[in-house]
Amino acid sequence: MTVHQTIERDWSAFSESLPDGSEKLALAVEGIYCPACMTRIEKGLMDLEGVCNARVNLSSHRLAVTWNPAETDPEKLLRRLADLGYGAHPFDPGRVKTEEKREGQRLLRALAVAGFAAMNVMLLSISVWSGNVSDITPETRDFFHWLSAVITLPAAAYAGQPFFSSAWRVLRKGHLNMDVPISIGVILALFLSVLQTVQHQAEAYFESALMLLFFLLVGRWLDQMMRLKTRAFAENLTALKAETAMKLFADGALREVPLSKVEPGDRVLVRPGERVSVDGTVLSGASEIDQSLVTGETLLVKVAEGDAVYAGTLNGENALTISVTAAAKGTLLDEVNRLIDDAMEAKSRYRQLADRAAEWYAPIVHTASAITFAGWWIYGIGWQPSLVIAISVLIITCPCALGLAIPAVQVVASGSLFRNQVLLNRSDALERFAKVDLVVFDKTGTLTRPTSGLVNPDACDQETLKLAIALAKASSHPLSAALAAMDRTVRPLEEAAEQKGKGLEVSHEGELLRLGSIDFCSAHAEAAEVRNAHPQASLIAFRRGERKPVVFALEQQLRSDAKAVVDSLKARGLELMILSGDQRRAVSDIADALGIERYHAGISPTDKIALIEAEKTKGKRVMMVGDGLNDAPALASADVSLSPVTAAHVSQAAADALFLGERLAPVLQVLDISKRARRIMEQNLFLATLYNIVAVPFAIAGFVTPLIAALAMSGSSLVVTINALRARARSDPWFTDNGGFDEALADRSAGDTDR
Amino acid sequence: MNVLFFLIPIALGLGALGLIAFLWSLKSNQYEDLQGAAYRILDDSDLEPEEQARILSAKGTRKGRDGLKEG
Repeated sequence: MTVHQTIERDWSAFSESLPDGSEKLALAVEGIYCPACMTRIEKGLMDLEGVCNARVNLSSHRLAVTWNPAETDPEKLLRRLADLGYGAHPFDPGRVKTEEKREGQRLLRALAVAGFAAMNVMLLSISVWSGNVSDITPETRDFFHWLSAVITLPAAAYAGQPFFSSAWRVLRKGHLNMDVPISIGVILALFLSVLQTVQHQAEAYFESALMLLFFLLVGRWLDQMMRLKTRAFAENLTALKAETAMKLFADGALREVPLSKVEPGDRVLVRPGERVSVDGTVLSGASEIDQSLVTGETLLVKVAEGDAVYAGTLNGENALTISVTAAAKGTLLDEVNRLIDDAMEAKSRYRQLADRAAEWYAPIVHTASAITFAGWWIYGIGWQPSLVIAISVLIITCPCALGLAIPAVQVVASGSLFRNQVLLNRSDALERFAKVDLVVFDKTGTLTRPTSGLVNPDACDQETLKLAIALAKASSHPLSAALAAMDRTVRPLEEAAEQKGKGLEVSHEGELLRLGSIDFCSAHAEAAEVRNAHPQASLIAFRRGERKPVVFALEQQLRSDAKAVVDSLKARGLELMILSGDQRRAVSDIADALGIERYHAGISPTDKIALIEAEKTKGKRVMMVGDGLNDAPALASADVSLSPVTAAHVSQAAADALFLGERLAPVLQVLDISKRARRIMEQNLFLATLYNIVAVPFAIAGFVTPLIAALAMSGSSLVVTINALRARARSDPWFTDNGGFDEALADRSAGDTDR
Repeated sequence: MNVLFFLIPIALGLGALGLIAFLWSLKSNQYEDLQGAAYRILDDSDLEPEEQARILSAKGTRKGRDGLKEG
């Protein structure tokens, strides 16, 4: 691709060249809700000339398409998708993480190998056990043992990798984790089994080692699956948020490139209505900027040559050329990220329940088996039988059930949250959500809807309103966009002409329609009246021919269920607080409407952290709910955090969970589900420990045969898993009216196009 | 006992076959989209047009059901 071509998007930065000369591109697709969409997209693309293959992934809402670059180009593909009614956004290859996916596949392969080997070896072991109490010949038994060894040794070497490598990692640092006793148990059992086989003894323990690996791998894999699912959606959201910039090249060419390819000093163009993706100073152009996502401030700010603009803000009606001071890794974002990193580091010190359990559990397991070994040896039964008993202690106490106790609950609970429109970013967040006693809300975009809404829809008759909406759809100004979002069925008046800095004008059915500033529509008298009634609102005027002009007031509105959710939170005995960067008046109005007594207005991100830290030192467990860039450090420093999916990218990354949709109810649901999940986790730990308390004395006494150990082990795992299933949410009156995940996605994509 | 020398390799071989099949299906990304796969099986658009027409016209009628059985 030569530099001289002036095309819209630099596709080579997104696509991947295959060896056969074709190009491959992964796209996140908006609007896939059903299997019919899947076939429609695939057929629609395959009908195009030059498209080799198109395949939709219905679970992750992604499309993989390969084409012959000589016959077609991605622009055509995207146009066809748009014609079919789907918006598609390419992934920034720099941001897609394949590491975890490979890890998941590795675990699944290890699981398959362990399962295969465990089944076959168990078959042989059961034959030996039943033979031992009847008439098996020593030769047959040896043959079976050797066969087991041949299957087990390579299988365990392969399937045990995840545990061995992790155990080795912590041992080198002088620590202990759950993987250390597992690894020791497996390796000792295998060593002893081979020794027993060589000595023609009646027992070997190959099957125990394999069963152990199998059950533990199941737990690991469930945990990994949960994280993969959330990650996939997070990646889609990143792509949908179009983390790209229009870069001006030295020769005047203009191309859309992924953010990772923009350097400080580059010039980028921000089109009207577009979100600014970099930090920089304005080189040319003048516009109004909506900074609500960054500062929480709801009023538009005027910028001109020389002014600074920040990533995450929304450009108004005019194009701006910006000299980049910082792109993906830059100052304001960087600063926020640094604050997040600091806070995260503090949070990672909060150890997961499972790890804490392992900390006291691992030494006990080791000591118990060491003492058992020493005790029996001193008693005088010889080192080999002593080691057999010690290993069975190590294996029977080995945290099979303990390994499943927590991941199983996490998977069930996160699935339940997923259905209730909450995506969990970090698996240990459940435990932290369960302990919350202070909920801190941001105002703009969190308690209020992410986009402003019309507060005086009765300002004019329906017909006039429809005309105003139709005209608004032709503009990309944020206020017009908010008006346009009122009614999706109205078709835009496309012939409308935009008058820079004033508004839109069109001649429609013999009347001159104007939408824009108060001046432009000469609506000063009406504006004064509306200003009185709604002092916080932004105004936009509409004039139809010679009729009296109409002034619309657009204001941040509360989420529909905000009051009810706040009341329920109070009823649960939680303290509530609002921290906002917006003006005092705007915040106090909202706080009064919701009945929240404690609020702080006009504060900076650093103040937010300070206030949260102050609460934390008072012993409060703080949950932060926020969406703005200015909330991101606070989200990270709170004990646990939640963001709406419309939040700034950094905030999403900092939050422990994301919620979808227009309503605030997920805040409530996340707390309820987490509480129940935590209770079940504790029960599971109790059950697993109880099993050990009962089983260990028998094992130490030397009564436990391998068969009993295996059954007890699987039995306890099964009990724990079945108990975990109870973490599924009971149907809640809150959510029965509108629960589906797809509806949430519909809300979100509608919200995205509205901007 | 000699029967074991046949049966055990057969049992292991069958198990290994299953394992290999699983690893192959994993490697060829067949678990990428379980939700989509569940619907793809219901999609008839890969059939010949006349075959599709025959199934559509046959739907619900007694003759049609018999026709389907024959087919």
